[in-house]
Amino acid sequence: MNQRALRLTGSTRVLPGFGLSMGISVLFISLVLLLPITGLFGQLADLSLAQYWAIITEGRVVASYMVTIGAAAVAALINAVFGLLLAWVLVRYEFPGKRLLDALMDLPFALPTAVAGITLATLYAGNGWMGKLLEPLGFQVAYTWVGIALAMAFTSIPFVVRTVQPVLEDLPAEVDEAAMSLGATDAVAFRRVIMPHLWPALVTGTGLAFVRSLGEFGAIIFIAGNMPYETEITALMIFVKLQEYDYAGASAIASVVLFVSLALLLAINIWQGRFVRRLHGGKG
Amino acid sequence: MRRIGDAPAVKRLLIGAALVLSALFLLLPLVAIFAQAFSQGVAVFWANVSNYFTLHAIGLTLGVALLTIPICLVFGVALAWLVTRFSFPGRRILQTLIDIPFAVSPVVAGLIYLLLYGRNGWIGSWLDGHDIQLMFAWPGILMVTVFVTCPFVARELIPLMQAQGSREEEAAATLGARGWTTFWRITLPNIRWALLYGVILTNARAVGEFGAVSVVSGAIRGQTNTLPLHLEQLYQDYNAVGAFACAALLALIALLTLAAKASLEWRASRREALL
Amino acid sequence: MTLPAFFRHSVLAIALGASIATPAMAQERELLNSSYDIARELFSAINPEFEAWWQQEHGEEISVNQSHGGSSAQARAIMQGLRADVVTFNQVTDVQVLADAGLVAEGWQQALENNASPYYSTTAFLVRKDNPKGIESWDDLVKEDVSMVFPNPKTSGNGRYTYLAAWGFADKQFDGDEEQIQDFMRTFLGNVSVFDTGGRGATTSFIERGIGDVLISFESEVNNIRNEYGSDDYEVIVPPISILAEFPVAVVEQNAERNGNSDLAHSYLEFLYREDTQRLLAGFNYRVHDESVVEEFADQFPETELFNVEDVFGSWDEAMETHFAGGALLDQLQRR
Repeated sequence: MNQRALRLTGSTRVLPGFGLSMGISVLFISLVLLLPITGLFGQLADLSLAQYWAIITEGRVVASYMVTIGAAAVAALINAVFGLLLAWVLVRYEFPGKRLLDALMDLPFALPTAVAGITLATLYAGNGWMGKLLEPLGFQVAYTWVGIALAMAFTSIPFVVRTVQPVLEDLPAEVDEAAMSLGATDAVAFRRVIMPHLWPALVTGTGLAFVRSLGEFGAIIFIAGNMPYETEITALMIFVKLQEYDYAGASAIASVVLFVSLALLLAINIWQGRFVRRLHGGKG
Repeated sequence: MRRIGDAPAVKRLLIGAALVLSALFLLLPLVAIFAQAFSQGVAVFWANVSNYFTLHAIGLTLGVALLTIPICLVFGVALAWLVTRFSFPGRRILQTLIDIPFAVSPVVAGLIYLLLYGRNGWIGSWLDGHDIQLMFAWPGILMVTVFVTCPFVARELIPLMQAQGSREEEAAATLGARGWTTFWRITLPNIRWALLYGVILTNARAVGEFGAVSVVSGAIRGQTNTLPLHLEQLYQDYNAVGAFACAALLALIALLTLAAKASLEWRASRREALL
Repeated sequence: MTLPAFFRHSVLAIALGASIATPAMAQERELLNSSYDIARELFSAINPEFEAWWQQEHGEEISVNQSHGGSSAQARAIMQGLRADVVTFNQVTDVQVLADAGLVAEGWQQALENNASPYYSTTAFLVRKDNPKGIESWDDLVKEDVSMVFPNPKTSGNGRYTYLAAWGFADKQFDGDEEQIQDFMRTFLGNVSVFDTGGRGATTSFIERGIGDVLISFESEVNNIRNEYGSDDYEVIVPPISILAEFPVAVVEQNAERNGNSDLAHSYLEFLYREDTQRLLAGFNYRVHDESVVEEFADQFPETELFNVEDVFGSWDEAMETHFAGGALLDQLQRR
């Protein structure tokens, strides 16, 4: 509370540029972000509540939510484990090729999603490099929801690595030295000492990865197979509605994704804010 | 003093797992792109790249990216300054609003611009009356690209500027420094690396955007076809080598991006070490 | 790089970007043809011919640009302001939408011969070498061990033709017994292994990924694929009964006038009916109307019974309404 009061009286008075930065930000957000979004709601206004409900609860659309959320959840879980491992290795160990590995982490962000899509589909199809190895073992990736989860995991892995990494870096060495000197095993010490510091960042990163996966289209569509009720993602349902000139229907489904994503992002932002404040303000 | 996970066996196991998984998951796709692009030799690759339509697509894509960056830069810095240096009601909401582009599926992003600025849209019909065409021309591509890329610079700057706090700027201001002087002399040098990192991410996304651009571009070869759209067309036309040649170009831009980023981080860490 | 230098570079970049992105003020007239996805190669071949012909006839240098996409998506783009002078689509409804919006003249189907469709095709099968599953007609496709690939009827005109062709066959087979037709269609749709969003995606799944026993697409397309990927590995099967797929063309009058291209646009469409162009079209495995060309290419196109959408389904509008709209028959048949 003290700190907040200080900020209010201190910063706002002394530093210049409030008007200018507020002006630019509000103008930009209004013109570039909010104005077009009103178009989306303009479309929704053509629908009655009952129609809206009917569109967003239609069997095939609901099935697509299940596929999308299920695959995104699996992808997020994979990324939580894999991302944690990578962040840990990158922060704690020295080994040849470390800088290269570190740079590679951002590849999914830098690589256009359509490129990722056709490449993953090529690799994991029955006659691709990976598909040739996996399919004889009875493990089909392409054109199943496993492929969807894979594409989602690929495009969102950097979120986890890049949020956990800085926290791990800032962790003072004394923390685990103390734990080790008490004779705890690695596993126990990690769980008891490191994880409590790490899990807020881990949850934030995983959450961001999850949100990103909900909206992803380009990377998934090539590998999904797009079978009704089985491997259709929600973004495809929006695309289908667009192809039918059904703007209102497309906007209705898009609005569901938008609300869910924004709610999750807001939750992450608020939660992160609390966490940062707690860190800076000590435990009190 | 021993730290957690320092035992050689554990260390080797974890590093090994990380390397193998990354190689399979991240490196292999990258290798596959180049393997496909060069599967019929360098000459075929080159013929595909030096094709007029491909060259035009490259020019358009880079041109749009280069226009996008300064716009996102000004907005990102202004917003980061606003939310980290001042406290006001609605700050958290403003911060969440800039995440809208992350929450909106790119196809929908394209659609909402089309609905507004297209011939039947509120603004579009007026523009059409004045013979101004934004959609299905490069300005439309630029507009949606700005939409999908605008959060990156701000998102990079906000945590950093929050962590740095405003003490230095406040000191300067109390000593009578003018606003712009404070910004150029104190703020900018502190945030330059994050700023550049934001620019790099913006550029990567701007170059690669597919979904939103495909809705508003019209995909006229030699006019409004960007490199990712061109790639998809080649892929559709059974020219897999041509498609992967474009993919390789885009991957190359991605790799340059990663290299630029890595060298920035290296410089930043060296600077820290010197201080 | 120091910061001021960085900003100098940005300024330079803006100038560069603008110069690249702004089309050079061209002296010559440019005609824009908005077309369906898989016609890119076709019109890449026709356009230079037309440019040369116009140059010869009128002494004027012009160029024809192409925009391709799903036929419905293209129509939508034109309604939202894509300034195409002419459309060459694969579905009548997509042109009709433009006519309803006042962009294309009413009665466009009477403006040119053969319902304004300079060429046509039908739906045919591509099977793997030696046709191991012995597929000859539509009823072979509902056998238990047959799996097939065709694009999603929801997103692709090509897929819609396939669906309607199968329905039309069942309609004849079961003498219009709705229940039996629906059972047939349910099994038919159940045998699809991948629903790609477009025709070319389906081809990739079938050829490159090796999925399915049969690829269903336009006759022209399956022949082109076979030529592209080796005639030894695949066989084309034209079923004895199938659907007539028209490829309607029209001038987008409003845009053509605005672009000062009216004369060019009309000539371009008429050019498609000329004997030489028809020969070119037949070379791309489209069926044409020009009699001398038909004779020349007689071997290439097996005789088959073609039915109209209008004959079986009343009209395109009705077909769209009862089969493809949200919650309509297609959705019901796929419901679990």
